[in-house]
Amino acid sequence: MAVRERLSGNEAISYAIKQVNPDVMPAFPITPSTEIPQYVANYIANGEMDTEFIPVESEHSSMSATIGASAAGARALTATSSCGMALMWEELYVAASNRLPLALCLVNRALSGPININCDHSDSMGARDTGFIQIYAENNQEVYDNFVQAYRISEHKDVRLPIMICQDGFITSHAVENIELLEDEKVKGFVGEYEPENYLLNPEQPMALGPYAVSNYYMETKMAQNTAMKNAKQVILDVGKEYGELSGRSYGFFEAYRLEDADYAFVIIGSAAGTTKDAVDQLREEGVKAGILKLRVFRPFPDEEIAGALKNCKVVAIMDRSESFRGKGGPLGAEVKAALYDHAANVRAFNLIYGLGGRDFTVEEAKQIYRDLEAYDRDGKAFEEYRYVGLRG
Amino acid sequence: MATDITKITEKSNWQDLTVGNQIYASGTSRMFKTGEWRTQSPVFHSEKCKQCLLCVPVCPDSSIPVKDCKRQDFDYDHCKGCGICAEVCPFEAISMKEGQ
Repeated sequence: MAVRERLSGNEAISYAIKQVNPDVMPAFPITPSTEIPQYVANYIANGEMDTEFIPVESEHSSMSATIGASAAGARALTATSSCGMALMWEELYVAASNRLPLALCLVNRALSGPININCDHSDSMGARDTGFIQIYAENNQEVYDNFVQAYRISEHKDVRLPIMICQDGFITSHAVENIELLEDEKVKGFVGEYEPENYLLNPEQPMALGPYAVSNYYMETKMAQNTAMKNAKQVILDVGKEYGELSGRSYGFFEAYRLEDADYAFVIIGSAAGTTKDAVDQLREEGVKAGILKLRVFRPFPDEEIAGALKNCKVVAIMDRSESFRGKGGPLGAEVKAALYDHAANVRAFNLIYGLGGRDFTVEEAKQIYRDLEAYDRDGKAFEEYRYVGLRG
Repeated sequence: MATDITKITEKSNWQDLTVGNQIYASGTSRMFKTGEWRTQSPVFHSEKCKQCLLCVPVCPDSSIPVKDCKRQDFDYDHCKGCGICAEVCPFEAISMKEGQ
């Protein structure tokens, strides 16, 4: 019997960490992810788990120590946000290229400057090319569910890549919601023990990790890494399905919300998808065929599946919660448009920027965007592309 | 399973590399002849050598082999020509020359 609780996003992922009971967690505090190591440290102090917690002096060190622990053969993880992740930058690439299956609990927050502690996706979107798998959540339940699935994906022999489990700062991390938790033994049974084939602390088989690769090896190494990321697609689907059998909640690359017959759709990531669902429900009552593609998996990028899901829409709004400063939109916009082009999905798509630095995104704003999409499609009214939603002036 | 490092070469296909270039074997750096980077070389004058062995532990590349408590000639496959050995030798038994 599943346990009904009410938890914040940080509490939810910490509870999942407790249930998984990984071997090592080095961490350094930064708002809004600070509570994750804090809760885990409490669980350890109370004897509810036996993870080795390492308080380190910076995020550069927390990711380095996580890499070291993983290389040694431990199941390892850390947590961070924003500038903390920025300080890990070098190590993010090292973790991925050394093919270490570790987890990073990321609580999305804007990057400085101006200094701002609130939610947007500029931290993880900036790290989209590091080689981490990236999975995003709309709400606390999904944060919990995503973490329980994390190591099954990351440690899979065809993958062996680090994984980033993302949730929206404050909106998800600090807001308390109803949640359904699995029993400890179910989680432990699902995740299983980590038994790496090779690891640095194995006296039977000495090994070297991270050797220098001259030009004659580097591109071949990157192709192998890229292939592992492509392999992650099937593993993510398999694990999401199996998790559904366990919990009643299955997961794929994205959630298609009233998208089947939608003329106008949003592509959106994270908590704002919940806001948009309210807008869609209201618009549907008015007869507007609105829908949502809520992207869960950004790396690997499910381009073919996205194009397939959007191909029958008339107009699409791709909603970015981070800037890429290319003067034309954000990273999600660029990648979704490329997917539509590559798969010959002839759908007009606009890219909008919303919610930077924690700016509210409202049901009314979402509805207005759908109405503008409809006016563009039906009446030929110009659509202001690359607009900042809710911007003054 | 141990990696047979001799099977991985600069001609290997990407499918034949180990995961993350991890090497499941030890001592493989011996096979990588880094001595070719050298622009200066130490020369061993055995007639002046007292076998005090001061040079051996200061070599950063373990390029002074020792056999039966006596140092041998240099391992030029791995010596980088840094000259520390020549500097530390009290008996002028090591001199430096230009080139390989």
